[in-house]
Amino acid sequence: MEEYLSTFVRSIFVDNMIFAYYLGMCSFLAVSKNVKTALGLGMAVTFILVCTLPINYMLENYILKEGAMSWLGAEYAGVNLSFLSLIIFIAIIASFTQLVEMVVEKFAPALYASLGIFLPLIAVNCAILGGSLFMQQRAFPNVGVATVYGLGSGIGWMLAIVGMAAIREKLAYSDIPKPLKGLGITFIITGLMGMAFMCFSGLKI
Amino acid sequence: MGLLSSKNKEVLLGPLSTNNPVIVQMLGICSALAVTSKLEPSIVMGISVTAVVAFANVIISLLRNTIPNRIRIIVQLVVVAALVTIVSEVLKAFAYDVNKQLSVFVGLIITNCILMGRLEAFALGNGPWESFLDGIGNGLGYALILVIVGFFRELLGSGTLLGFQVIPQAFYDFGYVNNGLMILPPMALIVIAVIIWVHRSKNKELQEN
Repeated sequence: MEEYLSTFVRSIFVDNMIFAYYLGMCSFLAVSKNVKTALGLGMAVTFILVCTLPINYMLENYILKEGAMSWLGAEYAGVNLSFLSLIIFIAIIASFTQLVEMVVEKFAPALYASLGIFLPLIAVNCAILGGSLFMQQRAFPNVGVATVYGLGSGIGWMLAIVGMAAIREKLAYSDIPKPLKGLGITFIITGLMGMAFMCFSGLKI
Repeated sequence: MGLLSSKNKEVLLGPLSTNNPVIVQMLGICSALAVTSKLEPSIVMGISVTAVVAFANVIISLLRNTIPNRIRIIVQLVVVAALVTIVSEVLKAFAYDVNKQLSVFVGLIITNCILMGRLEAFALGNGPWESFLDGIGNGLGYALILVIVGFFRELLGSGTLLGFQVIPQAFYDFGYVNNGLMILPPMALIVIAVIIWVHRSKNKELQEN
């Protein structure tokens, strides 16, 4: 139980996808113009992370890793397919995104309309593939921890983008040097927020 | 059309400055920030991305009339993933240390928005040679920003360049101290913000209102 909790808290604050690893920056910068769409995108990203991480974890541990196929029989024990992991992971993510898009379009047209173009773009959000690659690198002990990690990273990402959107809404009224307007000042604010998040990095959980 | 007509020249050189993928089109920022704490990984990353984006552009451009529209994103991702796998295996074989430093970011070239952005915006509508030039141009534009950021972060953060000490020992004896903050992630954002600031004050038409 303790392991789940510490993975959850760590993935939100200490290993925050945006402020510690800069994953998903492109959509973070492009979509953080108002709080409502930011929240919608954050939820979609969290959902896809929670769905794809366990699937990729199973694939990694039962098919791709060296010796992972030994459950099929002794003759498969030496097979190492880990060079295929990039293609497999991205295929799972892309097809899952497409699936979610179709389901949302069919059953929740209102949500679909409000998310618009961002739904298909989740497939190329680095945070999602990053989640799977970190999962591979850190070798989580079981599928539950991997799922919790996905949930935590998604929530951390959502927290960051919603916070950023709130600040940018206020920025509209401030006097910024012309060349810094828009993209420039957003970078600086992200940097400052990142510094603030660094204070979590000493946490031992 | 000649091999380097004026239009092709624009396609090749535009991304280096006025149409730079990182600081103007806002593409591929994730990796631009994460790998630049030292100069060497920045250069390796720049070369890898240039190679992948150029060849992915050519392949997609050759296939552009046969790919059904609805599944084009998956097709693009598979092409890119195959190329990135090749790059990743090559790096593992010939530059193992750098590959260790880049860790997951080699794999993340797949989701680098520069790739999808250029494939969608350019390769699907242009011939292979133009697409190749576009890929090279955008890759180099990306590499340029990475190298600038990596240069300043390594110089000010560790006092070295490519691992060699450049700030003389005498400076340290007088009390000069490396700025440890430069190595940490947030400073990459601020360095890029400064680049944007300088770039936009030179190119007034890019300023946002």
